[in-house]
Amino acid sequence: MTARWTRKDLLGLRELSADEISFILETADAFKQVGTREIKKVPALRGKTLVNFFVEPSTRTRTSFELAAFRLSADVINISTATSSLTKGETLKDTARNLEALHADILVLRHGSAGAPQFLASRVKASVINAGDGAHEHPTQALLDLYTIRERRGKIADLNVAIIGDILFSRVARSNIFGLLKLGAHVTLVGPSTLVPREFEKLGVKVSYKIDDVLPKADVVNLLRIQHERQRREYFPGLGEYIRLFGLTKERAKLLKPDCLIMHPGPINRGVEIDSDVADGLQSVILDQVTNGLAVRMAVLYLCGGIAT
Amino acid sequence: MKKEKPNPSAAVPIMDADAIRRGLRRIAHEIIEGNPALDKVVLAGIPSRGVEIAQRVAAFIREIEKIDIETGVIDVAMHRDDVGTRPELPVVHATKLPVPLEERTVIIVDDVLYTGRTARAAMDAINSFGRAARVQLAVLIDRGHRELPIRPDYVGKNLPTATREQIQVRLLETDNEPDAVWLERES
Repeated sequence: MTARWTRKDLLGLRELSADEISFILETADAFKQVGTREIKKVPALRGKTLVNFFVEPSTRTRTSFELAAFRLSADVINISTATSSLTKGETLKDTARNLEALHADILVLRHGSAGAPQFLASRVKASVINAGDGAHEHPTQALLDLYTIRERRGKIADLNVAIIGDILFSRVARSNIFGLLKLGAHVTLVGPSTLVPREFEKLGVKVSYKIDDVLPKADVVNLLRIQHERQRREYFPGLGEYIRLFGLTKERAKLLKPDCLIMHPGPINRGVEIDSDVADGLQSVILDQVTNGLAVRMAVLYLCGGIAT
Repeated sequence: MKKEKPNPSAAVPIMDADAIRRGLRRIAHEIIEGNPALDKVVLAGIPSRGVEIAQRVAAFIREIEKIDIETGVIDVAMHRDDVGTRPELPVVHATKLPVPLEERTVIIVDDVLYTGRTARAAMDAINSFGRAARVQLAVLIDRGHRELPIRPDYVGKNLPTATREQIQVRLLETDNEPDAVWLERES
């Protein structure tokens, strides 16, 4: 293995090389095995302090980072602040000061504004891990998606991956696009034209508005959550119409190749972007994604938090 | 990854392929003598050369006793005590040990025993899989300078060294170079 990890922060997949992404995935293999041990804990980050700073609500990502930190023997502090009380610049600076006062070693940040992790990373000595910033990136989600594809299909290069749903507002989609393209996959984005503008083609992906044309060729289908809470009327006509045009119904799932993987970052809106039976079906790897998320986050914390700063 | 060729004048040959083979064969005999219940023994190598040495010792045991001894891999990277002090992290590998470990004898296998910190990390890793009945240590070279109360049970060659000196081990399977051990002195 020639790749080496030298970064203190993980801000996005756009800035990583294919080798660096592969190195994280290989490191995650070793940490996945830790979860099968009788004692599911290693001393790799003993004595380090991790701060989960979640300015936007999140249960699964925060819990996954917390458990990953526990399994690496780091100490964890959770801070969450109501979004409404924050204004970006001032508060992030204050945050940085407070964290330095706590001697935090690793800061996991979820923030509503794109670029917030980068802002902090350049101002603190601690490692900064982006746990989702606005509609920008969610690198650990994309890494666990890549890990799951690689685990199930043995490779990522040359696979046809369809990402379906609200692409415009999705940080998961962006990080997935960067990671998948770097590792040689073919990516097709599918959704309503208001949420999947043609501009995305500039990144090197295909854009389609006809899901029934895309599904038969797909090796992987990644369904994004329809974020009711963020949708504005002008982008999104109605749930009924969305389900009719883009939902992965039982009928539509019959178009898929038998070995096509069905993925979803969660939480699932059963009956909206995916039919309940399809979500629980044999092709679904949704729960594998959760398990793998832990291994991938352990790898990221180990790599970023373990290097000498 | 190719290592730089040693400067011949500074390199002292210690073992050639024959000497390595004889050393490992003797270790195999000693393991057989010391462990009447060979079916309970696991030879667990530390990546990457320890894994290869464990395979070779297992092959000798198979040849001598006609018994297939179990082998495994122990990752020590995530159990080390110096994380955060080095600019470059050791590459982590997946540990592979048969479970349950209760009533098993795990023999840790490595190429060179030096400070003992790697062996300590390996014991820590084994403990997280369960309570092995016994843990032993087999090394190709014991070069001294222990920093922890650890001693090997099986040694291919004892080699008193100075801390300035370096032991270089090459194995065909892991290094793509002929089997050899030599000593290098820092000039």
